[in-house]
Amino acid sequence: MADPAGYRRAKPGTQPNYLHPPYQSSIKRAPSKPLIFLPHTLSEITGPIYGHDNVGPTDSDLTKQHAGEPIGERIIVSGHVLDESGRPVPRTLVEIWQANSTGRYRHDVDQHDAPLDPNFTGAGRTITDDEGRYRFVTIKPGAYPWRNHYNAWRARHIHFSLFGPSFLTRLVTQMYFEGDPLLPLDPIFSSVADTAARDRMISSFDLERTIPEFALGYHFDIVLRGRNATPMGS
Amino acid sequence: MAWLNTTDLAKNAPAGERIAVAGSVLDGDSKPIPDALLEVWQANAYGKYAHPEDTQDTQIDPGFNGFGRIPTDRDGHFRFVTIKPGATPGPGNTLQAPHIVVAVFMRGMLKHLYTRIYFSDEAANATDPILGRIEEPARRNTLIATRTTGAPEYRWDIIMQGENETVFFDC
Repeated sequence: MADPAGYRRAKPGTQPNYLHPPYQSSIKRAPSKPLIFLPHTLSEITGPIYGHDNVGPTDSDLTKQHAGEPIGERIIVSGHVLDESGRPVPRTLVEIWQANSTGRYRHDVDQHDAPLDPNFTGAGRTITDDEGRYRFVTIKPGAYPWRNHYNAWRARHIHFSLFGPSFLTRLVTQMYFEGDPLLPLDPIFSSVADTAARDRMISSFDLERTIPEFALGYHFDIVLRGRNATPMGS
Repeated sequence: MAWLNTTDLAKNAPAGERIAVAGSVLDGDSKPIPDALLEVWQANAYGKYAHPEDTQDTQIDPGFNGFGRIPTDRDGHFRFVTIKPGATPGPGNTLQAPHIVVAVFMRGMLKHLYTRIYFSDEAANATDPILGRIEEPARRNTLIATRTTGAPEYRWDIIMQGENETVFFDC
């Protein structure tokens, strides 16, 4: 077989560093030795493939997964998944997870003193269509406190996890909301030095995607690998 | 997110030698990491990946997808079952020794890390083109899972930081 073409490497500053001291948990977990350069082989340019069989009808609508509707501001989040050349990535798995409207996650580790919503779990998944488009209906997550530093609050965000065509296109990131006053105070958001790259993690309010009397629309495109790649963020 | 958790990649009885890999994920203070998640990807026993980019003239095994997602437990310990992968083509007409590619996720890591698992009982490690890029033998050994004599059980730990730090890749 001919050698695979491989992917372009990230431009400096467009991805967070492993060691980011303002983010306390990174201090003992970041590698201290230099990473070893790995040419892209068949092992890296292949990866697990998921399809429409893996998603059910309510998986992309986080407001319809329980008996009642969750409390909170209903929103539609949609956009394209693109590859490093700007081409749409069709039929790829997109997973999201988030806190509820009070800023509380539904898992044991989160003991923040804010109410759980019995009608909200906060996890969704979908497969992009043939044009690389995805769409979720959910409620806007609340900000929540964390113990990284005194009076620390995470900006409102939704976690996104994508596979893309191969193991190396794997992306886990966080989507933020434009105009959130917590953004400049959030060390996870600011872990990406390059401001253009950082801005790619912020969704924009979009009246065209807003459905009258139903839900506000937010637009968020995700780029896997390459010059305009969406930065990662746990 | 747990819907993709698979600690048994061999559950559909694919061809090949059934093995287990187990170990701990530790931080820079040698403390166990209970919130780590490992994603593994590998070829089948014939060295073929279940993906269209793999155009080798070898068989796909319909019982084997090759992907696993394994969280660590509260003691920072993980274990998964799979079949031993076959050798796969490497750069420039080389052959890669049997290996599993691993992506490591956890709290405190803003982006995931890539590493690999090789197997102590494979002579092909000596000519593997990727292992050959790691100059220090001690660092190279951090990627080699050691087989418990007799049983098809391999031990492999991930040390995130420090003197015995596992090799992670820039890819």
